Amino acid sequence: MTAFMATLSRDLLIARREGGESLLAVIFFVLGAMLFPLGVGPEGKLLALMAAGVIWVMALLATLLALDRLFQADWRDGTLELMALAPDSLTLVVAAKCLAHWLVTGLPMVIAAPVMALLLNLPPEGWPPLLAALLIGSPALSFIGAICAALIVGARRGGVLMTLLALPLYIPTLIFGAGAVQAAIGGFDPSAHLAALGAITLAAIALCPWAAAAALRQAME
Amino acid sequence: MASPNPSGGFWHRLANPARFQRLSAWLMPWLVLITLGCFGAGLYYGLYASPIDYQQKDTVRIMYVHVPAAWLAMMSYSTLAISGFVALVWRHPLADVAGAATAPIGAVFTFLALFTGAIWGQPTWGTWWVWDARLTSVLILFFMFLGYIAIRNAFDDQARAGRAASLLAIVGVVILPIIKFSVDWWNTLHQPASVSKLSGSSMDPAMLRPLLIMAVAYMALFGVLLLLRMRLELTRRRVEALQMARAGAATP
Amino acid sequence: MPILDVQDLACRRGGRILFAGLDFSLSEGDAALALGRNGAGKSSLLRVLAGLIPPFTGSIRWNGEDVRREPYEFRSAMRYVGHADGLQTNLTVIQNLHYWAALYRASTSRDALEQALAAVGLDELADLPARMLSAGQRRRLALARPIATQPGGLWLLDEPTVALDRPSIVKIEAAITAFRAGGGIVIASTNAPLTLPNAQEIDVAAAIPSPEDAFGDAFEDALL
Repeated sequence: MTAFMATLSRDLLIARREGGESLLAVIFFVLGAMLFPLGVGPEGKLLALMAAGVIWVMALLATLLALDRLFQADWRDGTLELMALAPDSLTLVVAAKCLAHWLVTGLPMVIAAPVMALLLNLPPEGWPPLLAALLIGSPALSFIGAICAALIVGARRGGVLMTLLALPLYIPTLIFGAGAVQAAIGGFDPSAHLAALGAITLAAIALCPWAAAAALRQAME
Repeated sequence: MASPNPSGGFWHRLANPARFQRLSAWLMPWLVLITLGCFGAGLYYGLYASPIDYQQKDTVRIMYVHVPAAWLAMMSYSTLAISGFVALVWRHPLADVAGAATAPIGAVFTFLALFTGAIWGQPTWGTWWVWDARLTSVLILFFMFLGYIAIRNAFDDQARAGRAASLLAIVGVVILPIIKFSVDWWNTLHQPASVSKLSGSSMDPAMLRPLLIMAVAYMALFGVLLLLRMRLELTRRRVEALQMARAGAATP
Repeated sequence: MPILDVQDLACRRGGRILFAGLDFSLSEGDAALALGRNGAGKSSLLRVLAGLIPPFTGSIRWNGEDVRREPYEFRSAMRYVGHADGLQTNLTVIQNLHYWAALYRASTSRDALEQALAAVGLDELADLPARMLSAGQRRRLALARPIATQPGGLWLLDEPTVALDRPSIVKIEAAITAFRAGGGIVIASTNAPLTLPNAQEIDVAAAIPSPEDAFGDAFEDALL
């Protein structure tokens, strides 16, 4: 068994042990979106205009919710040192942890998205691109966020700092993700947006574990 | 076995902050002179001895403080990234000090660009703020500076803070163009960049001259502030190092 | 021909030189004890050797290869037990050990893992969540890691016997002896009683440079 598979199954096992904790992100995702109709009014047209943006913004925030602890626990209990000293590259271990994070928080959000689309009155032609964009784009959120999670390991007020560091980096994903839905609603082809989103995710998967591993190594010095 | 070996790698690892202190002390008065001179000349030409714009009237003069500020904002981030790279790869303490010193200066220049931009926008576009690509990008750049400053202050261990901040600056360099591209793509309402097409001289030389003088003034000011802050930071670290050495020697 | 060869090693932490000019070399079956008062840099020495902290100066060679240049072979051979036990408290004892074994490309069969647990006297607690273990039991589980992930050529043990009672210490000593008999090298730092026969002593405290004498004016710059 490789370090990648071992770490993936370990993190998933821990998530299962912790049970409800990993569901908190999804609950936050839905709950946060529920606040918008309450804030701006229940007018169907207005909600339909905002739906894509609101869902994506909530996806960003919900991803961040659990992300600051991605490496923190392993760092505190010393597991991170063992990972760094294993013969296999730390980059692979980090990639496995990102993937596990996405499976535990990103994927459930994709599954919960139709409920949000319903609540926010998203027009039917926006549904397929919304699901496609979330499925393609949400891994990028976990992977890009992992860099910030690695940078703040051991920091004071890590959670707030995490938000400040990660949100600017999430802007391209947000723009293309919400843009895909808006394009489809406006009667345009969303495939260009989805392609850009796919490019961002692929680049994130290729580069972020490496950068996060570098950040973690310097955190242990 | 236990005696330190002063001839080996140790001396090689000695950075030269002392030399930097001497050099910067010599450089400082010259830089201050250039700053004062260029600001004087630039402001005279810019605010008084340059033509008014056909459409924008006198408000165009805001350009002379706004545009160099935006240039300096970008230059500051480049400095941040380069010093971060040097600090990480060669572990040069001066580069780390330079990064720490640059960030607040960059944040102030970025804020200045945003602030003067808003003042310029009000008479020109009729609003303080528009969500156009360039303004949005600069706003994001401002938050990147704030993130850098925040992460530098988030750790008890100074060295750890420096490494994390350096890495963040490098990550920013990779991601900033992507952000810029996506924001441009998101909104392309801004007036075409007339200054970058400057070589074709779409701008009156009478306006170009004060702009360039002001750019030199800003750069010299950046140099003055950077050197001052670096000297301060070096002194602060030296005091801390001496205290540390004393604490180390006193431990039973 | 020494397997592990350390030359002119220096370490700087938090703006302070902890030790400098450390030289030693170890061959198959050798052991070394890092000595020195608290804060002298025993833990830092082990972390530098493990590769967690880059050395300020000096070189570490494993089988003649610089470990920073050729980390793979060294990491495959080296097992580090730090201050922290590295336990995921929500996983069971055997799940923790299983992950480490997989991470270090060792056998993950239940038999092999239980054998390692037996060596530290934890075999009966295999299916308990790690959070239920006492401090001493956690330490023993951490020490089961190098045992379970053999073959390794070098164990770096940071305060291995902390929180352990006498019978457990005897078990650990037996495991170390067996490891050395197979050609393994052990470097341990300890304040607690731990008997390593024929162990070389590395006095970290003696390797602290006296600041101003050793470096003169330049010392301040070195600290920056």
